[in-house]
Amino acid sequence: MKDFTDEQKERAANLKGLGSSRKRVEDARFTQGKGNYVDDIKLPGMLHGDFVRSPYAHARIKSIDTSKAMALEGVVAVLTAADLAPLNLHWMPTLAGDKQMVLADGKVLFQGQEVAFVVAKDRFIAADAVELVEVDYEELPVIVNPFEALQSDVVLREDIADKKEGAHGPRKHHNHIFTWEVGEEAATNDVIENAEVVATETVYYHRTHPCPLETCGSVASMDKVNGKLTVWGTFQAPHVVRTVASLLSGIEEHNIRVISPDIGGGFGNKVGVYPGYVCSIVASIVTGVPVKWIEDRMENLMSTAFARDYWMTGKIAATKEGKITGLHCHVTADHGAFDACADPTKFPAGFMNICTGSYDIPTAYLAVDGVYTNKAPGGVAYRCSFRVTEAVYFIERMIEVLAIELNMDAAELRRINFIKKEQFPYQSALGWEYDSGDYHTAWDKALKAVDYEGLRKEQAERVEAFKRGETRSLMGVGLTFFTEIVGAGPVKNCDILGMGMFDSCEIRIHPTGSAIARLGTISQGQGHATTFAQILASEIGLPADSITIEEGDTDTAPYGLGTYGSRSTPVAGAATALAGRKIRAKAQMIAAYLLEVHDDDVEWDIDRFVVKGAPERFKTMKEIAYAAYNQAIPGVEPGLEAVSYYDPPNMTYPFGAYICVMDIDVDTGVQTIRKFYALDDCGTRINPMIIEGQIHGGLTEALAVALGQEIAYDDMGNVKTGTFMDFFLPTAWEVPNYITDHTVTPSPHHPIGAKGVGESPHVGGVPCFSNAVNDAFRAFGLRHTHMPHDHWRIWQTANKLGLHD
Amino acid sequence: MIPASFDYHRPSDLEGVLALLKEHGDDARVIAGGHSLIPMMKLRMAEVPQLIDLQAIESLKGYSVNGSHVKIGAMVTQHELINSDELAAVAPILRETSLQIADPQVRYMGTVGGNVANGDPGNDMPGLMQCLDATLHLIGPNGTREVAAREYYEAAYVTAREEDEVLTAISFEAPKGGYAYEKQKRKIGDYATAAAAVTIQKDGGKVASASIAMTNLSDTPVWSEAAGNALVGTTCDAGAIKVAVAAMLDDIDPTEDNRGPVAFKKHVAGIILTRAITRAWERA
Ligand SMILES: Cc1cc2nc3c(=O)[nH]c(=O)nc-3n(C[C@H](O)[C@H](O)[C@H](O)COP(=O)(O)OP(=O)(O)OC[C@H]3O[C@@H](n4cnc5c(N)ncnc54)[C@H](O)[C@@H]3O)c2cc1C
Repeated sequence: MKDFTDEQKERAANLKGLGSSRKRVEDARFTQGKGNYVDDIKLPGMLHGDFVRSPYAHARIKSIDTSKAMALEGVVAVLTAADLAPLNLHWMPTLAGDKQMVLADGKVLFQGQEVAFVVAKDRFIAADAVELVEVDYEELPVIVNPFEALQSDVVLREDIADKKEGAHGPRKHHNHIFTWEVGEEAATNDVIENAEVVATETVYYHRTHPCPLETCGSVASMDKVNGKLTVWGTFQAPHVVRTVASLLSGIEEHNIRVISPDIGGGFGNKVGVYPGYVCSIVASIVTGVPVKWIEDRMENLMSTAFARDYWMTGKIAATKEGKITGLHCHVTADHGAFDACADPTKFPAGFMNICTGSYDIPTAYLAVDGVYTNKAPGGVAYRCSFRVTEAVYFIERMIEVLAIELNMDAAELRRINFIKKEQFPYQSALGWEYDSGDYHTAWDKALKAVDYEGLRKEQAERVEAFKRGETRSLMGVGLTFFTEIVGAGPVKNCDILGMGMFDSCEIRIHPTGSAIARLGTISQGQGHATTFAQILASEIGLPADSITIEEGDTDTAPYGLGTYGSRSTPVAGAATALAGRKIRAKAQMIAAYLLEVHDDDVEWDIDRFVVKGAPERFKTMKEIAYAAYNQAIPGVEPGLEAVSYYDPPNMTYPFGAYICVMDIDVDTGVQTIRKFYALDDCGTRINPMIIEGQIHGGLTEALAVALGQEIAYDDMGNVKTGTFMDFFLPTAWEVPNYITDHTVTPSPHHPIGAKGVGESPHVGGVPCFSNAVNDAFRAFGLRHTHMPHDHWRIWQTANKLGLHD
Repeated sequence: MIPASFDYHRPSDLEGVLALLKEHGDDARVIAGGHSLIPMMKLRMAEVPQLIDLQAIESLKGYSVNGSHVKIGAMVTQHELINSDELAAVAPILRETSLQIADPQVRYMGTVGGNVANGDPGNDMPGLMQCLDATLHLIGPNGTREVAAREYYEAAYVTAREEDEVLTAISFEAPKGGYAYEKQKRKIGDYATAAAAVTIQKDGGKVASASIAMTNLSDTPVWSEAAGNALVGTTCDAGAIKVAVAAMLDDIDPTEDNRGPVAFKKHVAGIILTRAITRAWERA
């Protein structure tokens, strides 16, 4: 903006376009309790559904007796697999090419699995009726450990027991799902065998859950007269749901309308298709009245899509000086009872092959084995692009372990291995093309901001004081440099159930110079209505305040693949900018006509076209909009609308440098975060305030995961953390004051240079918190200890190191 | 998380409560702030066909302070305990403990009576009341009676209170000298991993008397007479505290849960008690 006059600057500021910390337009309704969530939808005559769920993790169902439940006043129907079988809806396809029981068909495979669906006149009767359904179970041996599953004679999935091929190639065992390999195995083994230094470690990224504040739910309404089915639901990808619903039900797609109203957080949990959605739809088709299904918290934690559960074994090879020469990674992935991972079709382990991280590693190999166990299905990306959190956690732990092996400072080890600025676009050994980056600049800025050398000095002094018995507290400095891969993604290699992962935007400019834009994405708290209007404001010169953004209604929004994997800005944001440019191109013709000059004789100036060399002659976008509707312009159609479908040429690669300073009470295991510094580079920054909010939220979820949040099972497959008493959801009390910072390295291929950001803090935060805990004990010989680092596990680490006398 | 159906009663005096309890027997239960009972009902772990709300009963509200004698009505909320400067002046350990219970929302509703009567080993007030040697005032069909807090708890959710009795108040002599309530928890709103209530009276530079109670380390609160006695006559030096901790460890019987294994809990119990004694001694 440096060449702008004050007058121009003022006009630009009035638009509240790119770079403006515009207040979120959504918040007026959310903060006043005026949001409209699925559970707020109440239709005349609406019935309520509730599930009978399995108390066992593995059992055969000998019989289901629904007679007592049916006899209860107010109960309309009780559906079981036997009722769904004639419609072929007792099983449904998963996003990962597997299939999943909608209602238990002969056996149950995880605790909390849906066994029968009760439909009643109100929610309370439904809950009472659930208790009256009598299910006779015969318990079967339970397997909750994926390594044991691969050795066991117990067949979990009898339906595919003798299938040697799965959706992603050969299966090695009846509990094995797939093996996915990337990179050069022989070459990598060779490098490792001949390396001067090799560090080996197994890091377990425990099972956790995205846990949005709003649980999942749906309201289905079948209008039998018009043949139209309307479904409101907690969907992160409404168009995909419409397509799947059509394929499953046989109802033509134009007769299905899917609406995602306000969504109270998704974080990946609302990408999948759940039995509750299917059952509410079937129940509405059967009864002819609307049927609502809303999960409670325990159901959400126990049965909807979990995240992580990756056992990652790494070998990292380097020279004595610390230059990394090779990386080998093997993952045993626990997918639970069905493979319901939400990944693009060709990526059964998501983008785990981003596990070479921010480093120039010439040779690498990754193999992932997916395994069935008696746990809930899922495997979604919890506030990260597909499995990127796992990948970044893995490499950032391996770097720390290598630093120990080399007896080197971990910040320096990172620096000497970073991909250099001039190497971009960078081709990674595992197949990605990183678009842009300047890691050294970001790293130096971060280290300086926290006085890294001072911290290390203080830490060394603390260790000495501890050894002298003067303190029982240790200090950890957690470092992380992460590279994300977001914005899936080129249609040529990314699809969900065959739908290419493009996205879309459709704009209508109204005669008086305001606009509505509709997108194929759906906000779940990201503030799309705020930021997409800003992108458009800068493109078309109408104030963001005069632009309505609408998403989530498949009858009105253009087809899109939804919001997850930080893809909205990279993909739909790009579509928005390009649709805006189409508007501008037409506006240019109209302006030239009105100014009575040739098209090429006008140029764009913030919110208007001006005659070149005669800036006093101009037409504002507002004037042009009016003209588009009230003038007959030769050769130009009336109206001012545009639509753009954007297939990104590549993904975007945001990155960041995070540093955490933590104090640890060795006696109680209590950790205190003294400082957390987060530098993010997400390319062009659309709304700095929203970015900061996203960073705060993502870091808080990262803190949760690293320091205690888990879905834990006992040996019987019982969920031990099914309520907020034990499932750790931090509050403002547990959270430090985050320091945020940034550099700006635009994406070269994105129309406005923007990358995603919503997930970066989670991706980078988890290893940063974890590294801080590990680092605190480095002086006492610790190489690695698994998350979550809650009090007793930290205490146990200290105990094993002999720090309690 | 949907409770079974129930009838709701809101009597305006204790006679009304007792009459309802008599009429419905096992089917009836009183509700105070509801912040223990309602979750149990939603989980269907407690079925209460007849719910008797105590909110309208004036005689259960308010507290009195006469010199060092303190009497707190059962329906006084944890928030009121924190907010009362009068109580904080005479027995500051009440505020210190209450501030470590749950979060403000819960404390606006949760009552002293509910916390003490409940019998959940995770509740913080029972240990505190044992430390203070408080008296529980009960009323039932046969009139009123008093039970010492140290005699009240038998096992988890099993107490000396009969089904048809109501707790009306809790009274105690405010302790002189030093005090501390120390609690380790996983997060705000969590029950204790380990908590210790300690009061110490000092005389001539030595411990004249001490009272120690532990929370969530057995199926009841644990008043450790031996731990308190171990401090008496000492200068509360490290050696004496060690003996007190050892005595306390003999009295508790923690079980493994998501907060951690038994060895961890015992270790933390020792650390928490050490800190509580140290702070109480500093204030004595
Ligand atoms: C998220 C959360 C966190 C919490 N954390 C803590 C914590 O850290 N520490 C802690 O101590 N507590 C904690 N609590 C419990 C809270 O303090 C409760 O308020 C308290 O335990 C019970 O008080 P209440 O008034 O809500 O009792 P209610 O739930 O109404 O009743 C509890 C039981 O006591 C009985 N009862 C109640 N009043 C009487 C009476 N006058 N006479 C006879 N019986 C009676 C009821 O019948 C019921 O069985 C927490 C609660 C929640 C929801």
